Amino acid sequence: MLDDALNGGFENPPVQSSHAFRAALSALARPGRVERIMGAEAPGLSEAAATLLLTLCDAETPIYLAPGHDSEALGQWIAFHIGAPLVGPSHAMFALGAWDALMPLTGYPVGTPEYPDRATTLIVEVEALTPPTARLTGPGVETVARMRLPETDPFRANRALFPLGHDFFFTAGEQIAGLPRTTIVEDL
Amino acid sequence: MTDQTGATTSDYNFAYLDEQTKRMIRRALLKAVAIPGYQVPFASREMPMPYGWGTGGVQVSAACLTPDDTFKVIDQGADDTTNAVSIRKFFEKTADVETTEHTQDATIIQTRHRIPEAPLTEDQILVYQVPIPEPLRFLEPRETETRKMHALEEYGLMHVKLYEDIARHGHIATSYAYPVKVEGRYVMDPSPIPKFDNPKLEMAAIQLFGAGREQRIYAIPPYTQVVSLDFEDHPFDPSKADAPCDLCGADHTYLDEVIIDDAGGRMFVCSDTDYCAGRQAQGHRGRLSPEAAE
Ligand SMILES: [Zn+2]
Repeated sequence: MLDDALNGGFENPPVQSSHAFRAALSALARPGRVERIMGAEAPGLSEAAATLLLTLCDAETPIYLAPGHDSEALGQWIAFHIGAPLVGPSHAMFALGAWDALMPLTGYPVGTPEYPDRATTLIVEVEALTPPTARLTGPGVETVARMRLPETDPFRANRALFPLGHDFFFTAGEQIAGLPRTTIVEDL
Repeated sequence: MTDQTGATTSDYNFAYLDEQTKRMIRRALLKAVAIPGYQVPFASREMPMPYGWGTGGVQVSAACLTPDDTFKVIDQGADDTTNAVSIRKFFEKTADVETTEHTQDATIIQTRHRIPEAPLTEDQILVYQVPIPEPLRFLEPRETETRKMHALEEYGLMHVKLYEDIARHGHIATSYAYPVKVEGRYVMDPSPIPKFDNPKLEMAAIQLFGAGREQRIYAIPPYTQVVSLDFEDHPFDPSKADAPCDLCGADHTYLDEVIIDDAGGRMFVCSDTDYCAGRQAQGHRGRLSPEAAE
């Protein structure tokens, strides 16, 4: 096993995961807001994405690693620290990768009418969370918020599925932003 | 107290729950935020307190608390009931958090049956203890059926029930746990808060609801539309006792009626004791304030 796989976990899991969860909760509850989230390091991932995985995932959460993020080193890190099964998009509770590599969104579960929560959460690794490219309204937004998004059409299509649909986290460095399925996205 | 590994010096984990349970609850909380008003199933754990004490709320608080939080617990508006004191002590001991009775100083407030009078801010989280999360339960006892009704937005029966109230009483008699529709989609039980509190459900803080026995978590994100169900000819009326608080003179708060002597004398006081004390400290006086009564 690579040394990389053994390192990069939390030194103090209960406390670091509590701070990380609050950052994720705040980000998803307030689309457009950028939060800091840190404490974990994984091969080829931003600190934010590694920390989010470590905070939310375990043996009960199948993960899909998109091409470009499906390295052996990351697979071993996940096996050691998280124990999550690696699966294809159609069985993923979480999906991780760059935006283009994660496409198409139609490959991931959107939940069922009785259980809309059984939908994939996508963790999208991006270069940066600014400058904003989209205008956001909806739950969590008092008037209007702004956010950098890779494109806008897929999020409009996702919103049209509500209450089904995908929920997104965008990660870069130590930063995280969230976009739940309820957000109405328009070009800036 | 926590040692360097973050484990508490006793033999339980930080905030009592083990990390795997917290992850499961945290995932449910995020889905709840993403689908406002929808009840997310979760695997509720046994807590060292009876169900009636809000084990759902306690588990949600445990999954949210960090050592940097300042925690407040209210029971029907009061910080000093046995229930509130016990839960506060539980997290003082297991999560090593600061606690407070002042609404504005708290970062997480766990509540049973009230929303604080003071407006909450973006930096706060309100956690509700919920006894019965399913607003359609009294119409339909079967979970498979209520789930289908939510899926199909089949809320006609709910309106029929409210309209029967009007036929019988001349107005909608439901005064607690008054059902709301969240973001135009899910009908939700706001827990047994007085309907007076319903307009406050649209707020800046994150609202999280935990039902322990029924194993459900749901949420209202900040600035989410929350509409109390009503009819054009009988609009929602968040009425309260038509009297001011006898201690602080407030005419805009939810009041408890208290019997004060053997002769059946009564007084009205703010149910939110911290809010009432704050007003009195600012010099506001009511009919029965010690000074006014002299
Ligand atoms: Zn008062």
